[in-house]
Amino acid sequence: MCANKATTLENEIDLGKTEKILEKYQTIKGALIPILQKVQDEYGYVPEEAAYLVADRLGIYPSQIFGVLTFYTQFHLKPRGKYIMKVCCGTACHVKGAPGILDRLQATLNVQAGETTADNIFTVERVNCIGACSLAPIIVVNKDAHAKVVSDDVANIVNDLKAREA
Amino acid sequence: MATAKDRIKVLVGMATCGQAAGGVKVYPEVERQLKELGIEADLNAVGCIGCCSLEPLMDIVMPGRTRVTYKQVDAEKVGKILQKHIKEGEIDKKSVLAQMHTNGKDENPYEGVPFFDEIPFFAKQRKIVLKRCGYIDPKSFDDYIAMDGYKAVTKVLKEMTQQQVIDEVTKSGLRGRGGAGFPTGMKWSFASKSPGPQKYFICNADEGDPGAFMDRSVLEGDPHAVLEGMIIGGYAIGANTGYIYCRAEYPLAIEQLLVAIDDANKHGYLGKNILGSGFDYQLIIKEGAGAFVCGEETALMASIEGFRGMPRSRPPFPAIKGLFGKPTNINNVETLANIGHIILMGGAKYAEIGTEKTKGTKVFAVTGKIKNPGLIEVPAGIQLREVLIDICGGSDRKNVQIKATQLGGPSGGCIPFEHAETAIDYESLIQAGAIMGSGGVVVMDEMNCMVDVARYFLNFTAEESCGKCTPCRVGTKVMLDILERICRGEGEMEDIQKLEDLGNDIKAASLCALGQTAPNPVLSTIRYYRHEYEQHIKDKFCAATVCVPLLKFEVREDVCTKCGLCKKPCPTDALVWEKKQTARINHATCTKCRACIEACPFRAIK
Ligand SMILES: Cc1cc2nc3c(=O)[nH]c(=O)nc-3n(C[C@H](O)[C@H](O)[C@H](O)COP(=O)(O)O)c2cc1C
Ligand code: FES
Repeated sequence: MCANKATTLENEIDLGKTEKILEKYQTIKGALIPILQKVQDEYGYVPEEAAYLVADRLGIYPSQIFGVLTFYTQFHLKPRGKYIMKVCCGTACHVKGAPGILDRLQATLNVQAGETTADNIFTVERVNCIGACSLAPIIVVNKDAHAKVVSDDVANIVNDLKAREA
Repeated sequence: MATAKDRIKVLVGMATCGQAAGGVKVYPEVERQLKELGIEADLNAVGCIGCCSLEPLMDIVMPGRTRVTYKQVDAEKVGKILQKHIKEGEIDKKSVLAQMHTNGKDENPYEGVPFFDEIPFFAKQRKIVLKRCGYIDPKSFDDYIAMDGYKAVTKVLKEMTQQQVIDEVTKSGLRGRGGAGFPTGMKWSFASKSPGPQKYFICNADEGDPGAFMDRSVLEGDPHAVLEGMIIGGYAIGANTGYIYCRAEYPLAIEQLLVAIDDANKHGYLGKNILGSGFDYQLIIKEGAGAFVCGEETALMASIEGFRGMPRSRPPFPAIKGLFGKPTNINNVETLANIGHIILMGGAKYAEIGTEKTKGTKVFAVTGKIKNPGLIEVPAGIQLREVLIDICGGSDRKNVQIKATQLGGPSGGCIPFEHAETAIDYESLIQAGAIMGSGGVVVMDEMNCMVDVARYFLNFTAEESCGKCTPCRVGTKVMLDILERICRGEGEMEDIQKLEDLGNDIKAASLCALGQTAPNPVLSTIRYYRHEYEQHIKDKFCAATVCVPLLKFEVREDVCTKCGLCKKPCPTDALVWEKKQTARINHATCTKCRACIEACPFRAIK
């Protein structure tokens, strides 16, 4: 079912997209992080080749770029799944049972936080507060937030998404 | 032509909390139903009025009548409420929350519907910063103008000198709401005296404390108020460029800011020669990239410049050498949202609110084990008990008592409920072992383990430590290791002393306030809950039933009411229950996920 999806994943990186971003931002002061953010928006992660191209154009060492990429948790150096399942692990969500929710999600998908399922559909991540703490605990799937999640809901959320993929 | 006043208005709460609660489904349904019912009305998305747990909220305004708010509206209820209210002039009593005063003039209220200030959640609040949040459409420039918007900027640029602005802010006694509580007027005065043609003004919208969301709410619900604070501040110190550093986890806040900046430019409140005063000012948004330490001012500036967000030692302070090496002033979102109001009401009047050393109001995000969580704004000096009980309604579970409140997040501490008479001002909170911080108040009950909470925070700071200085990088990790050991039941009695010694050393020796405050959650829990640490170590016992290695997963027969609520959540059917029988746990299949413990209202599983 997902086989064609997996094979259509780009193996070749289209650096033209990075070129376009550079054209627009290259000359702005302190533009490195916004450029990398735009690159990630474009590809879903920051491909190594793109990082080298950015280094070349901005005239800075690749080490500085990778220093920045590894410092900020927002940046990803590997492709991620189609659905990013972010479990909020902020304080409010923690005291309302986020650890149990995360465990259940990890067990359901058989991956740990930070990992992607083998079929490239789901990535599980932890996030520190999305600011909807009154409705804790929270899971965000791509841009949709699920509020007041109980561990029973986890399987339903995952199954709904799987059904969409089938 | 009909004016806005003659038109029917429907408003749906669409802040992040409103959307998460289901506003995303309610809004299109309202749109559809209005069409179907043939009602001509203006439909707007508004921010949050603070009682997020009652979202999705929907307001209806009929011409000449008060504005009525409905709570917990879902797609099914929408049609009925609209039909009744708009077509039949009747209120759906089951769904109504309250009605708003219409500034006194000939208000035409609905009978039997309480006013907002008659509801406990709102009665003790004093809204200044949050006044417009959830009331106006944040994307509507006209809405903002109609509620005194840009009056303060106009007054400042037409009538006041830079020094007069600083004097007014100083007179108000306003202290920074970002955590440290530094007097804002004094900060501006340093930056204004710093020489140089190029200065910067930064708004810190990184809101890193997990569990605090007042800055998000203000940015999403009333973005122009923050811009107004930045324009006034920029004028006062002589900056020509302002940066807003906003956390990436707040996409809606960034969207609202972009719209607001665009509108302010169009209407001449930003750009060249603002209101003919000769003052030029531009605003730029910088999106954070997910690092808690970037909320620290020097790290934040490094991040704007495109580097790893590492703090540097001060002095030199930003007022002398800040962003791109130029004099810079940095303030928090809530601090800045106060400025316009201070200018309009006058510093002296503002200073009448609050206590001797903490002036004005403070916004708190009250979350966790509390009946009515949400965002509240109260005069400084109010007692913690008034917030927890009178405003927020006490514990969210009938059989479980509130144990403590955590204030100030990873830099703060816990205050036991027995000390709930503590006044909420900068000094009293420090004395009680916590801090004001950014205003996050996380309520914990008997089912929260204080050792686990300390471990949670140390895990947070150890992960977020930037690694530049050793006490913070290594010290927090060592403290975390000890806490993890205690939570596993492998602690030793000396560990408590070790935690205290290490904690004090890290506080004394770290480079920035992240490390200097990281041990606080541990030290404050040891101060008040030493017995919980001792129970974990000596008795291998976690009374809160949180630390899994210390739990037996057995049902207490004397407590079990045979209700069976624990059965459904069990993912492996390890929980065995039949009608009228005491529940039992099959250890062969139990995965120790704690779902049954969370589900049991009687705390019968240990
Ligand atoms: C680790 C750390 C994180 C911080 N995070 C924030 C933050 O998220 N928001 C904020 O306004 N201030 C934060 N601060 C405080 C800022 O350094 C600075 O004091 C504040 O923005 C000044 O604004 P104010 O005077 O208006 O409070 C943080 C400080 C530290 C040490
Ligand atoms: S702590 Fe989870 S949304 Fe804030």
